Amino acid sequence: MSERTATIASRVGLHARPASIFAAAVGELPIEVTIAMEGEPAEDAMDASSILSLMSLGAANGDVVVLRAEGDGADEALEALVKILETDLDAE
Amino acid sequence: MQQNFSGVGVSPGRIIGSIRQMPKPVSEPPAGERLSPSLSADAATALLRSSAKAVQLELQNRAAGATGASKAVLEATALMATDPMLIKAAIKHINTGTSAERAIWESGASVAEMLINLGGYMADRATDVFDVRARIVAELRGVPAPGIPLSDEPFILVAEDLAPADTATLDPEKILALVTSGGGPQSHTAIIARALGLPAIVAAPGVDALEDGTEVFVDGAAGTLSLEPGAEEIAAVEAWKTAAAILAVFDGNGRTADGHLVPLLANVGGAKDAVKAAEAGAQGVGLLRTEFCFLERETEPTIEEQVVAYRGVFDAFPGQKVVVRTLDAGADKPLPFLTDTSEPNPSLGVRGYRTDLTTPGVLARQLTAIAQAAEGSAALVWVMAPMIATPEEAAEFAAMCATAGLKIPGVMVEVPSAALLADRILGEVDFVSLGTNDLTQYTMAADRQLGTLAALNSPWQPAVLKLIGLTVEGSIAEGNNKPVGVCGEAAADPVLAVVLVGLGVATLSMTSRSLSAVGAVLKSVTLDDAKKLAALAVSAPNPTEARKRVRAGLPILEELGL
Repeated sequence: MSERTATIASRVGLHARPASIFAAAVGELPIEVTIAMEGEPAEDAMDASSILSLMSLGAANGDVVVLRAEGDGADEALEALVKILETDLDAE
Repeated sequence: MQQNFSGVGVSPGRIIGSIRQMPKPVSEPPAGERLSPSLSADAATALLRSSAKAVQLELQNRAAGATGASKAVLEATALMATDPMLIKAAIKHINTGTSAERAIWESGASVAEMLINLGGYMADRATDVFDVRARIVAELRGVPAPGIPLSDEPFILVAEDLAPADTATLDPEKILALVTSGGGPQSHTAIIARALGLPAIVAAPGVDALEDGTEVFVDGAAGTLSLEPGAEEIAAVEAWKTAAAILAVFDGNGRTADGHLVPLLANVGGAKDAVKAAEAGAQGVGLLRTEFCFLERETEPTIEEQVVAYRGVFDAFPGQKVVVRTLDAGADKPLPFLTDTSEPNPSLGVRGYRTDLTTPGVLARQLTAIAQAAEGSAALVWVMAPMIATPEEAAEFAAMCATAGLKIPGVMVEVPSAALLADRILGEVDFVSLGTNDLTQYTMAADRQLGTLAALNSPWQPAVLKLIGLTVEGSIAEGNNKPVGVCGEAAADPVLAVVLVGLGVATLSMTSRSLSAVGAVLKSVTLDDAKKLAALAVSAPNPTEARKRVRAGLPILEELGL
């Protein structure tokens, strides 16, 4: 099990366009990725490819989230996803 | 045989095109609907997944063609269509024997409820979940997706009626005209069509049975839709194109064909209106409704607040005339600081200038504010009082204006007594402006707000036209060539505007949207033509006949599709 933390950089938080971009990126991966707020138990983590889950997570700007994945290429995949979360996607 | 449909024309324009029907809203799959016995849960799940994928592709296509905020919304909605949270919950329902349609319906409902409970931005997204759910159900049923149809070619949209939500996705580049079987002149469809300048017909029964792709001719002024358009309709469309180009702009120079000048002014309710009016080419303001600046107010606005409000209007018309009407409170426009709402008969009560009897001081302070705003402004400021009934009242008002330092006082002619004594009233003030709405109501003794009396309440009533003529004669009798203007709805009607000019009215003031149509029609007649048409109208037995006679003398109306 690989695990990474990321701080949400988008000013609007993980909503709207940033959530769309992130969910789409996760959806393209061959492995399953979960997302949870830092400090939440791993079994409560949600499917990171679900935009509806991301929206219900309600992560705001500056919040820290935990990404988890298993399998081949999990580390590289999580690195790439952390980068997306730590970019202000709304500014583009 | 050629079959035609007729309804109410709500936005002018003539066009030929093929129609697309707005799909009917998706109905809810019945609660407890079971899987068909011939379908396994796995097969139903596979169908659900492929339908969701198809909906996603369709939404992604739409997103690719969109820009800005609507692109972002469509991208997010596309992702929702195959969202694991939505689909997994639906699959659980399918595995207990529920039909795929009902399964996605229920799953969508619980996701939407979750979003609504989160509140704020999330709650707004619940609408997108409902949209996605309806699209998936339509896909499963093999019926067209809800919403405005997608098409590469522009088309005439036919619907039962349009909802406000439909307008967000209505692309004016793709829609040639709107035709609805339901709705009325004030329906949402009518409002959208006028705002977008699309030809539109509402309340045209039977049009919802037309097949997609049928070629039709739509006349948004006449309110007719004809099948199998021929040479005549093609010519009408071409004529409209020319007319639309003319109607799009007012050249800022109101005149008759023989060069008799009739300045076309705007009625405005504040600075924002005034800026728009100036952009539309208005040659000044013929009526500044000062009460509109303060309609929300419980208390009298301060002099400073008034100066700011009036100055905003003056600044939009440097070097041009701005006629300020003092507060016209009462009847349908009550102002808490002036109006006694317990009067049994407010139209005949203390309103307009008369409020100075019951609340002295407000008018004097308003005149001070107007004078202050006029000082240092480049506009030519005229002031007039509403609801003047006698020459004495006109004299009192002129004296108040002089005290405030306002040089050009005038009064409204709305009460028949003022029209009858126009010569003596113009002996006291420098100009008069006819308020045709109230003049009609008081001449015909018919409440403006009563639909049942609509026929009596027409400015085309020969008695009303006669009083307008008398007012002009009063000015001639007074001898100093003092101007008589019109600032009621009548001036905005291009047909009636010609009659008013024929009766000797010097200026016309109207909503700025009407300037171009009135200007175009006026330019097509000589002053002599206008006088003859006015005489025809005054001698007509009733308003309908009066209008018919004048229309017959104005061939340009047909050309312009008015």
